[in-house]
Amino acid sequence: MEDYTLDELERKANLLRLDVIEATSAAGSGHPGGSLSSADLMAALYFRAMKHDPSDPAWEERDRFILSKGHVAPILYAALAETGYFPKEELMTLRKIGSNLQGHPVKGKVPGVEMSTGSLGQGLSMACGMALAGKLDKKDHRIFCLLGDGELQSGQNWEAAMLAHHYRLNNLIAFVDRNRLQITGNTECTMSLDPLPDKWRAFGWNVIIIDGHSMIQILEACEKARASETNPTVVIMNTIKGKGVSFMENNYEFHGKACKMNEKEHALAELEQTICPK
Amino acid sequence: MSEMRLSQRNYYGKALAELAARDPNVVVIDADLADSTKTSEFRKVAPERFIEVGIAEQNMIGVASGLAASGKTVFASTFAVFASGRCWEQIRQAVAYPKMNVKIVATHCGISVGEDGASHQALEDIAIMRALPNMTVISPADAYEAYAATIAIAEFDGPVYMRMGRSESPVVTREYTDFIIGKASVLREGEDVTLIGAGQMVSFCLEAADALLEEGIVAEVINMPTIKPLDKGTLRMSLMKTGCSVTAEEHSIIGGLGSAVADFLSREMPIPLEMIGTKDTFGESGAPDQLFVKYGLTSEDIAEAARRAVGRKKELRE
Repeated sequence: MEDYTLDELERKANLLRLDVIEATSAAGSGHPGGSLSSADLMAALYFRAMKHDPSDPAWEERDRFILSKGHVAPILYAALAETGYFPKEELMTLRKIGSNLQGHPVKGKVPGVEMSTGSLGQGLSMACGMALAGKLDKKDHRIFCLLGDGELQSGQNWEAAMLAHHYRLNNLIAFVDRNRLQITGNTECTMSLDPLPDKWRAFGWNVIIIDGHSMIQILEACEKARASETNPTVVIMNTIKGKGVSFMENNYEFHGKACKMNEKEHALAELEQTICPK
Repeated sequence: MSEMRLSQRNYYGKALAELAARDPNVVVIDADLADSTKTSEFRKVAPERFIEVGIAEQNMIGVASGLAASGKTVFASTFAVFASGRCWEQIRQAVAYPKMNVKIVATHCGISVGEDGASHQALEDIAIMRALPNMTVISPADAYEAYAATIAIAEFDGPVYMRMGRSESPVVTREYTDFIIGKASVLREGEDVTLIGAGQMVSFCLEAADALLEEGIVAEVINMPTIKPLDKGTLRMSLMKTGCSVTAEEHSIIGGLGSAVADFLSREMPIPLEMIGTKDTFGESGAPDQLFVKYGLTSEDIAEAARRAVGRKKELRE
């Protein structure tokens, strides 16, 4: 990857946001809210922090990324398209019949998609399996896994968290998109997760808490996590659902709903402003 | 059929130990039951490639999927109730859908689990596994076949569910025979009725055939270890000749071998079919022999079903 500056990475994040709005609006459905809240992380990972090669998706030494919160597939597709895994035009086929860009990511259909996800609560287990394989093969790559905060209500995550510590999977780095909203509303009203950092600490993980929209904090957290010598690391990213589009921010209605035509124009105008300020 | 009785899971363990030596890519994962499932045999010889997940079957399947996505051939084992039911949706999402090279090998299937009772007696596992796209479903007839099937599925690239019993069961196949996925074998030729068995019910089919012969009914016996994909060729050849059949399985008659054969017959050659299996019911505690009698899974039940099938065939022809 090129050596992008922080400013450039921030613009990349907004470019991914723009792709998400375009693609989900063209599809007429999808999950823009959580896609926007994780856009800064995705830009940081795909344009800087992860070791990967879009021209060789099967490169053995690559870092792996698992999107446990598979419903934000649009942001993953945007990151893959913008880094050259497949042509950008394909983004507009999202969710349409015959498209490789299924509503939730499918391994084997899209270059760069490491695992089929969509059913929440399973990605961390898959990431643990990949991290174990990395240890068995004495590889130096890392496994990155993006979790939604709502999906942490699912017990399988904690089975996986226990295993990751038991096997000292220091090559595993999880990110929690802590936007505090799930489909029903606030996570703390639906099924409270706090004190979330304490839960992870109790399971033996390194815990790093950051502003998930600060590019520098994301990159520093990745560096720290990479340097961990014994334990897996979780980066709890405090984020804003719908980040980057004023009327979508903190609005749970955009968890699983695309913009209407007039909303789309408004959203794109806001985002374009941040990418190429006039 | 010899008098010898052997345990399928012991031979599964033997095969895993053999695979450990043969293929450095094989990884085994278990959920606190290694001494029962006999994956402990693999752990003995390749401890670095044995992964214990504790009592966490859902996690086990996700981890197996991640290992397979990294190029490993993964055997995941626990009791059949948990291996199929506890983590069915994980198998669907993480194994079947992405076609991962994960072999879910379950022991302690059926009512022969015995005294532990219904909570531990998987009678639905074939049904729910068979419903998954991309899934191959295998139920070996005896210990030798369990061994051969273990080697065969290790060489096959894709998801497999294989079930085995807890107890020792009669030996009906020959040792050192290659297992071919999707291939049934005719153990005894006959012309009046075809008895189609899976798992240890194959031995009861052979006993039933002996009893029927004394009455002048010559039964063909087919061992159908692969329930999906079903060996339609062998079925067609046999049923064109005999014109009626009985299926026998240590599983519910809903969704198992009987249902698979019924699907085939209703589409291609509607002929009388009788099914031996448990009847939409849970099992209970008891000695396996007593349970086989109580739930209608003995060789005499198979013979009686065969008489009914032959009777129905005659009625149709009159």
